[in-house]
Amino acid sequence: MTSFPRFGFLGCFILLLVPICFPLTTRAQENPYIVAYDHYLEEPGNLEIEYFSTFGTQRGGNDFHAFWAEFEYGATAWWTTEFYFDGQTTFSDSTVFTGFRWENRFRPLKQEHFINPVIYIEYENTNGADKILKEVEGHDVESDYADSNALLRKEHNHEFEFKLLLSSTHKGWNFVENTIATKNLSGGNPWEFGYALGASRPLALKASAKRCSFCRENFIAGAELYGGLGDRYSFSLHNTSHYFAPVVAWNLPSDWTLRLSAGFGLNDQSHRFLLRWGVSREITGFGSIVSRLFGGHR
Amino acid sequence: MKDCFAALFVMVGLLGVSLAFGEQDKMPRYKYQNDALVYAEIAKAPEKARAKPNPLEKDRDAIPGGQNLFEQHCSECHGEIGEGGKKGPSLRAPQVQNALPGAIFWILTNGVVRRGMPVWSKLPEPQRWQLVSYIKSLGVAPDRAENSSSTAAKP
Repeated sequence: MTSFPRFGFLGCFILLLVPICFPLTTRAQENPYIVAYDHYLEEPGNLEIEYFSTFGTQRGGNDFHAFWAEFEYGATAWWTTEFYFDGQTTFSDSTVFTGFRWENRFRPLKQEHFINPVIYIEYENTNGADKILKEVEGHDVESDYADSNALLRKEHNHEFEFKLLLSSTHKGWNFVENTIATKNLSGGNPWEFGYALGASRPLALKASAKRCSFCRENFIAGAELYGGLGDRYSFSLHNTSHYFAPVVAWNLPSDWTLRLSAGFGLNDQSHRFLLRWGVSREITGFGSIVSRLFGGHR
Repeated sequence: MKDCFAALFVMVGLLGVSLAFGEQDKMPRYKYQNDALVYAEIAKAPEKARAKPNPLEKDRDAIPGGQNLFEQHCSECHGEIGEGGKKGPSLRAPQVQNALPGAIFWILTNGVVRRGMPVWSKLPEPQRWQLVSYIKSLGVAPDRAENSSSTAAKP
């Protein structure tokens, strides 16, 4: 608990420093989803730095503010790799670092199709106090998060998470369907399952002749629906939580993307309200810059 | 603290692997920079896609809008005016400029993933047609026009 502030400040410092040191940026056309994924990968050689916050209400405990930083790198046009640091503050309790995740997304097909699959593989090393709710799976319910941080931190998760991401684009609309399968390697936990669905569309389909902040094409609005599907022994909606969240992304010409999502729990097992927001910036040619630092010729 | 060291270790390892892998992936692009193989991708567009006319051909805002998009998404690889860059070939080559708008649109939509060009179907269809309008408006670069005519003159 005491080590977080030092680590947190270091993380924030690095987050701020990287865009300043590598000022080559490009305006991203980011989708508004926070939980669901579409099939678009990071452009090769680009690094996207993201910060997200989740404020959640908690019955039978204290409300919380969970947050994570993401470093997303386009290794190739068909492989994106991403690293996360997670943390949270539980009000009237403490602020804790809750772990890290390493995620990889692979695009198996060369061309665009009506439905485009992407394979997602993630390794998570987190503790039970992790409340970012980046995905909801198995029998994850609100009461799991009611205990104090000191108690929750005693639980360790070494998880492998697999997702099949399906995504389609039609007449400006994007539709995504994600299925999740998770295996916690700690203890004899069964395979757990979950889902995330989403739809989004830019407010205008044509680009303006001039760069502008408030042009309608800079805003992408949509909604996501996500929740758990039980585990290997009880594959059902019983004792699972589900959320519906309208989402919006604002792609600014100054190279930043802002995202906002208001999530509502759909049953008694869900947190009543999850307010999420995020900010991200893409650094073009990051791979080339780093390679040159080490004597490469990219 | 142990978690922090583990996280840093994994992150540095990840960066190294990504860069090494990325380097391998990018090697061929230098080789193919002016190679016909790059432009041969355009010929892979199916007949139905090639036959699509540009619905924004007579739209006055298409070219400036396309230029705006090009500067944001394409110039990093293909150069500021499409002259070609370290990662992407020239778009002012006769092979591109003489291609049908539908074929360029198909390349934008599908990318050339194995050669490093990402898919751009995340841009809505009208924006991709705006890009096609802008790319076609660039015309053949003078040095490329000379090369192409001297090559054509050879028996």
